[in-house]
Amino acid sequence: MFLINCPFCGEREQSEFKAGGEAHIVRPKQPTELSDDQWAEYLFMRKNIKGIQFERWNHIHGCRKWFNMVRDTSNDEIKAVYKMGEKPPIK
Amino acid sequence: MKNKYSIFSLIKNAFSYHENWEKAWKDPKPKKEYDVVIIGGGGHGLATAYYLAKKHNMKNIAVVEKGWIGGGNTGRNTTIIRSNYLWDASAGLYDHALKLWEGLSQELNYNVMFSQRGVMNLAHNLQDVRDLKRRTHANRLNGIDAVYLNTEEVKKFCPIINTSPDIRYPVLGGTLQKRAGTARHDAVAWGYARGADEMGVDIIQNCEVKGIKRNGDAVDGIETTKGFIKTNKIGVVAAGHSSVIANMAGLKLPLESKPLQALVSEPVKPIIDTVVMSNAVHAYVSQSDKGELVIGAGTDDYISYSQKGSHDIVEGTLNAILELYPIFSRMRMLRQWGGIVDICPDASPIISKTSIKGLYFNCGWGTGGFKATPGSGDLFAHTIANDEPHKLNAAFNLNRFVSGDLVDEHGAAAVAH
Repeated sequence: MFLINCPFCGEREQSEFKAGGEAHIVRPKQPTELSDDQWAEYLFMRKNIKGIQFERWNHIHGCRKWFNMVRDTSNDEIKAVYKMGEKPPIK
Repeated sequence: MKNKYSIFSLIKNAFSYHENWEKAWKDPKPKKEYDVVIIGGGGHGLATAYYLAKKHNMKNIAVVEKGWIGGGNTGRNTTIIRSNYLWDASAGLYDHALKLWEGLSQELNYNVMFSQRGVMNLAHNLQDVRDLKRRTHANRLNGIDAVYLNTEEVKKFCPIINTSPDIRYPVLGGTLQKRAGTARHDAVAWGYARGADEMGVDIIQNCEVKGIKRNGDAVDGIETTKGFIKTNKIGVVAAGHSSVIANMAGLKLPLESKPLQALVSEPVKPIIDTVVMSNAVHAYVSQSDKGELVIGAGTDDYISYSQKGSHDIVEGTLNAILELYPIFSRMRMLRQWGGIVDICPDASPIISKTSIKGLYFNCGWGTGGFKATPGSGDLFAHTIANDEPHKLNAAFNLNRFVSGDLVDEHGAAAVAH
């Protein structure tokens, strides 16, 4: 369990949030053109990184807004929080 | 040849205060080259090595383990064994494992304390009742023992369950698989390790894999903390860390690694002689031979390798446990821990070749891999030795995420994932 600094509401308990998985997976622009391999890549294949991960979260028991987070998955340390559409503050 | 464990060896060793037992496995230095290297010394990895040596006549095998054998999820799970899965492919896979469990202590000459005490799955709403009845029929068509119980029969089978209609999620019925049960998790790893070691398998502990060397589209060996090991066949059985190993080879897997928690209570006298699982409220409980209640909680929804879960997950599970078993309200919990489980989008495992020649993955067991240990090892050994899957694991290939032939056991199996 950890504390999350919601960019809209401030610091809240993690249990108020829902994790949304890997961030910055771009929806295919022309879905009809995609091969089965490309669909599999988009739908199922994940980096599942041990270390610095860019991911999406939703404050479901608060403002219900989506936002992005940079977190070290090896120790759950949160490095940064930023809004949807913004560029990650760290690489 | 190792000495056979028996009542006589026990008596004989009692005279020397049990200080002169032969080592169950050696502690070898890695050789320069192996025919097969298994990455991951848990139950599945050790079983794979065991069956490679035993059934496929391969002798030059190593198991590399970054910590100590059985120190990962093998030693962290709630030891439940059952095969009452909905789909034909899963039924074939898990019942194959269950049949191996039934003879495993004799096969290994190692008491894995397999106890067929039955596993009961409870229904708490009308949809549960329909789903569980459907699964009971599906199981029986696949030759897997299953019966549906009404509320009175549930109460009769496990009297401490609160079957009052007034509770928040009343017990409307349940299923029972009598051949299901539990086993001693450490013993499974140790038994397979001892058996594999006897057939010449090198079990190399404290040896972390740092990289996978490729020669074009084939594997050439592994870089480890104990140096480079050359091999043309690598079987990865790294559970929560499967994606980490895959990334070393330039592969991506359809996995997410999440914390799964369990806890045990202080030991008490025998009170529950079966395993009871409850999908809807996510609580499952059994009692170990030491007398501790063994309680399984759910996964957190975020990716983490920290082997720590959130407190609210444990709280939710204990709320459900207390409503179903008011008798446990004064119990104190002794220990709580987390393991990292690798979950597939369809909650079914992957036992498969990959696009890289000589690289095989056995992963994605998610929250329920322990029960499959013998079957998983057997089928993975077959896949590695023949470079082709066995018919029982053909459906569990990596390509199903491209073809769409998913084996969707999410919620369809006996417990939610």
